[in-house]
Amino acid sequence: MQPTPEILQVAYRTMRTIRSFEEKLIELVNQGKLGGFLHACIGQEAIAAAVCAHLKDNDHVASTHRGHGHCIAKGVDVRGMMAELFGRSTGTCRGRGGSMHIADLEKGMLGANGIVGAGIPLATGAALSAKLRKTGGVGVAMFGDGASNQGAFHESLNMAANWKLPALYVCENNGWGEFTPTEFVVPVKDIAERARSYAMNAMIADGMDFFDVYAKAGEAIARARRGEGPTLLECKTYRFMGHYVGDPLVYRAKADADEWINNRDPLKLFETRVTSEGLLAADNLRSIDEEVTERITEAVKSAQAAPFPDAGELMQDVYAVG
Amino acid sequence: MADQASQTREPREIPTAFAIAEALRIAMASDPTVILMGEDVAGGGRRPEGTDEMGGIMSVTRGLVGDFPSQVLDTPISEMGILGTAVGAAVTGMRPVVELMFMDFIGTCLDPLLNQASKFRYMFGGKARIPLTVRTVTGAGMQAAAQHSQSLYWMTAGIPGLKTVIPSNAADAKGLLLAAIRCDDPVVFCEPKGILFLSTDVPEGDYEVPIGKANIVRAGSDVSLVGMGATVGMALAAAAELERDGISAEVLDLRSLAPLDEEAILTTLAKTGRLVVVDEATPRCGIASDVAALCVDKGFDLLNGPVRRVTAAMCPVPFTRVLEEAYMPSTARILEAVRGLL
Repeated sequence: MQPTPEILQVAYRTMRTIRSFEEKLIELVNQGKLGGFLHACIGQEAIAAAVCAHLKDNDHVASTHRGHGHCIAKGVDVRGMMAELFGRSTGTCRGRGGSMHIADLEKGMLGANGIVGAGIPLATGAALSAKLRKTGGVGVAMFGDGASNQGAFHESLNMAANWKLPALYVCENNGWGEFTPTEFVVPVKDIAERARSYAMNAMIADGMDFFDVYAKAGEAIARARRGEGPTLLECKTYRFMGHYVGDPLVYRAKADADEWINNRDPLKLFETRVTSEGLLAADNLRSIDEEVTERITEAVKSAQAAPFPDAGELMQDVYAVG
Repeated sequence: MADQASQTREPREIPTAFAIAEALRIAMASDPTVILMGEDVAGGGRRPEGTDEMGGIMSVTRGLVGDFPSQVLDTPISEMGILGTAVGAAVTGMRPVVELMFMDFIGTCLDPLLNQASKFRYMFGGKARIPLTVRTVTGAGMQAAAQHSQSLYWMTAGIPGLKTVIPSNAADAKGLLLAAIRCDDPVVFCEPKGILFLSTDVPEGDYEVPIGKANIVRAGSDVSLVGMGATVGMALAAAAELERDGISAEVLDLRSLAPLDEEAILTTLAKTGRLVVVDEATPRCGIASDVAALCVDKGFDLLNGPVRRVTAAMCPVPFTRVLEEAYMPSTARILEAVRGLL
């Protein structure tokens, strides 16, 4: 499945937006302008961009605590996201959710999530709903290697395979469950192996290579839409930053990280490929960079200018009725 | 506060997080069946290139794996597995201490506590011992939002067979944790965010703070302020403010939520006749309501006015600072409650 230049352009804009959005928020945290628990997905942008390139608004994505990239790739407005991080009333969730709970149901984004593994059954439920309502939509769970050790993962995969749900399980295996190397706590070499227990289709992609993820996610999603059941797609990737913004990173050898950061940056790999194959011009990419920088700068400005919610709103929306 | 001997020695102020680590160190050194299990309790750091382990999300357990390599077990992110395994180990001769990163995560692993650990001793005719301790971070105030900020101790305190304790300072944290680990019942040990990095004088060495005993942290005669965990500090601040207005407030630190020290609550009520209870948790079905009910039920004749509850709001914990502040109890809200009583 070869992406068209139009798709590539959108994908690059998505990846660059994720990168710039998170670089900006790290800068803002360092300046003491942002609070709360923030988790950066820098290094993992290609996966969000490639998977979501195949999705429409009536396809649903359930995300994780490391969810900014999934939100952006699924079309959530960065101005609303930035305002959310600043806790403003103009935020995606009116300042109530914060980074770990950004959700936009109209865009098919079921939310970042503060509970590891919790999104997996939610996406399974979205797939069940799509199947029963015959929407043609799919449910996509984005999660880390850590979440694949949760019961929720195994229970969901079993149900989805048994019911042949239109679901895609995207495991972003970044080598770290918070501060613990994956191999310390997972006896299998590939998370994809776990699909076999559920007679589920499985694939492994290079999570740093947009093209590889794009092709494999496309195949899996097409299969799901045809009613042929779910797929577990493991994407091998790396978390360039710490577990959270501000993580002292004492537990990780810098040389190991640098190896990935210097040689396996998904944005750089993408640029090398599209320019060398003449798919997109470097000028084109630079003008996207500029446009993205402007958008992020504007998002910060408008967020900072926006009002905080009124304290009197505290008890609104606890219930739909009464 | 835990130690009368503190008058006769140099004070040693350390953060609650360090006091907890000291208790774990003492417990593991004195009993090889004590094991520490949890996500990242070591965490990384076992590579040769001069890396250091993380020691959990709050770095509370940093440095322990080096000294107790076979007693500190990093687990996968598998709360149900961790808790269930710990219950199984506890009932067969180990004395596990589990770190449940945030109490909010109890949603993923309630069964081992609700239906297993809490019931074994009773169901099995008194024959089982479940020396399990679950350490878990509670409370709001760090903009950690709806799934990392809850004070859910009312849930565990409401389950017969479980004990639940919550220290308000570093010295009590150390002593209560040692008592919890050595207790043959399952104990939930809450670590409120509001006190984890506050320092108080902590005695050296091995000592226990008894489970089930509240503590008068400030004597007074006009009104009783009953707190737990981080709200004890709020109550003390309120008491200092009230003193300037000539109002003498007594502050009682519950320390143990289950069992509840009813005698201590009724004793302070008898002294002052007025009581305000301050709880970081939501108001329904909670500790504040229990204390209020106790005052009405067993202390009706002692009351010179209504019992006031100062609690969090009955809504999920909001992210944005403005709403989070409105959500949480505070010194200002305690003062307002007290002034409405006098």
